Amino acid sequence: MGNHAISFRDVRKTYPDGTTAVDDLSLDVPEGSLTVFVGPSGCGKTTSLRMINRMVEPTSGTVEVNGQDVSSVPEARLRRSMGYVMQASGLLPHRTVLENIATVPRLLGRSKRESRERAESLLETIGLDRDLGGRYPSQLSGGQQQRVGVARALAADPPVLLMDEPFSAVDPVVRADLQRELLDLKQRLNKTIVFVTHDMDEAVLLGDRVAVFATGGRLAQYAPPEQVLRAPADQFVSDFVGRDRGFRALSFDSHEVALSGVLSRNHEGETTVLGGSEATGGWTLEVDAAGRPVGWLAPGESDGADTSAHRVGGSLYRPGGSLRSALDAALSSPSGLAVAVDDSGRVRGVLRPQDVLAAIEQARGARS
Amino acid sequence: MTWLPDNVDLVLRLTGTHLFQSVLPVVLGLLISIPLARLAAGSRWVRPLMVNGAALLYTIPSLTLFVVLPVVLGTRITSIVNVIVALTIYVVAILVRSCTDAFRSVDRSVLQAATAMGHTPWQRFWAVELPLAVPVMLAGVRTAVVANISMVSVGAVIGIQSLGTLFTDGLRRGIAEEILVGVVVTVVLAVGLDQILRLTGLVLTRWQRPGGRAGGRAGGRRRDPRGGRSDSAGTAGTGPAPDTTAGRIAATGGGA
Ligand SMILES: Nc1ncnc2c1ncn2[C@@H]1O[C@H](COP(=O)(O)OP(=O)(O)OP(=O)(O)O)[C@@H](O)[C@H]1O
Ligand SMILES: [Mg+2]
Repeated sequence: MGNHAISFRDVRKTYPDGTTAVDDLSLDVPEGSLTVFVGPSGCGKTTSLRMINRMVEPTSGTVEVNGQDVSSVPEARLRRSMGYVMQASGLLPHRTVLENIATVPRLLGRSKRESRERAESLLETIGLDRDLGGRYPSQLSGGQQQRVGVARALAADPPVLLMDEPFSAVDPVVRADLQRELLDLKQRLNKTIVFVTHDMDEAVLLGDRVAVFATGGRLAQYAPPEQVLRAPADQFVSDFVGRDRGFRALSFDSHEVALSGVLSRNHEGETTVLGGSEATGGWTLEVDAAGRPVGWLAPGESDGADTSAHRVGGSLYRPGGSLRSALDAALSSPSGLAVAVDDSGRVRGVLRPQDVLAAIEQARGARS
Repeated sequence: MTWLPDNVDLVLRLTGTHLFQSVLPVVLGLLISIPLARLAAGSRWVRPLMVNGAALLYTIPSLTLFVVLPVVLGTRITSIVNVIVALTIYVVAILVRSCTDAFRSVDRSVLQAATAMGHTPWQRFWAVELPLAVPVMLAGVRTAVVANISMVSVGAVIGIQSLGTLFTDGLRRGIAEEILVGVVVTVVLAVGLDQILRLTGLVLTRWQRPGGRAGGRAGGRRRDPRGGRSDSAGTAGTGPAPDTTAGRIAATGGGA
């Protein structure tokens, strides 16, 4: 991690109309890390990102990539050595998916066949069906287009990836998928990634380090996400990271939470239920044959009642998970009890909200 | 109906030269207009100069040009070179405008993506800007071709051979059939060329239609029941494009 893949040195950008988009930026992005630029609209995130691949030239200061001043590298060559993904996927509408992905290898002079094979294998890497390769971009959903955009950026296997709000135009479910896959790609491919967003949750989830930009193009804080949440550098950062900052910070705590031993196993007819005692407030948890949770039965509801009304949702707690996920599992459960499951999804027990709060308290004590 | 059977050779020869005089100026005009339009599209200062200048050209009466050009070019008054040059001027007048609109209709984010991937300006022009400008450009080309087919006939008045010769000759000798043949062949030529361009456009812009697939299935498309829709998509370049442009101009004006 000692090497800095990307360095900004006293960089300033003033547009011809007098707007100062970036004000005296100095920042190092370590090799192989994912750095997120976050901040309100118009604070110079895109401008900063584009100075890395010379789409924007700094008014003063220098940007270095692997120790080399980018202004000494011919523009086209520099850009071919970096993947670029933007919000509107920016796919070439008159080229098929495969042709789009093969663009940079072709520009680098690789043969048609080699580029095409590379494009085909990338379709798989980013989780797209091979059949989509022959389609035009207008025939894809927004999420698929964004995936193709990522594949295209990866095609020449560049060491650096620049991503400008790549997932902001897709729905939350698809976005969560794409985010997970990006983390996965980053680990497998060892890329240095600079990622722009204005979504603090996305920044916390993805970033090894987060750079918070303030209005006027000032870098307000540059630190690991946990530090930004727990110790905002100034009023601007603390306002920007916002109301949920305490809750978000729980993402970084994984203090042990005691499982309540309130569940007893009963067989009622065909189904197995857990709990039903006073300790669970009369709620019982139905589990399937493998011991995975199905749904809660309200007090008084018997077996055979429709559990779908109280289905156990996506929010389950896995021991070792963050306190944020424990608290969320408790808050989102109809019975008020978080369901804890092991890696294979079998019920391990439940957490009472008061135990989660106690664990949060202990984690805080352990930190200070 | 006795004139036509005796004069098939004449009609064919005149059709050939008429076609040549209408199409060659479009090709030359396109070659001149594309670089001018690309310059105009890229610069806020050049644009009004080019577009207004081109519009001015169009106001020169054609007969004047046919008469003045031989003096300027040193050609014989009956030479078809005069027609070719005159019509090329008109084509430029039409196409500078529509090609400028065409380049400006290309999505900015697509251009930025192309640059970000490492296209040089020259590569970006050929690989991205030109193909994406085709739909709007084609609308202008179709207008120019049809306009030329009617204008070439004017040359007949001063003795330059074309289908117009059938009108002048028919009038002089009082042969109604000859005039009728001239009208029909001219119309057929105009409609035929326009359709060929339309179909060419469909092939070049397969990517614009939701059902279009890479690799030749577009041919079948034309005949399917939704052919009508494909058709309107092909000419859609004509419709929405000027609006887009107007929107952009307004946006630029606001920013300036
Ligand atoms: N080409 C340009 N000419 C003049 N001003 C510009 C130009 N591009 C950006 N700006 C201005 O520079 C400032 C920073 O813009 P930038 O696009 O970098 O912001 P951003 O942080 O990416 O915002 P967003 O989150 O909305 O994308 C803004 O005030 C913007 O209006
Ligand atoms: Mg931006």
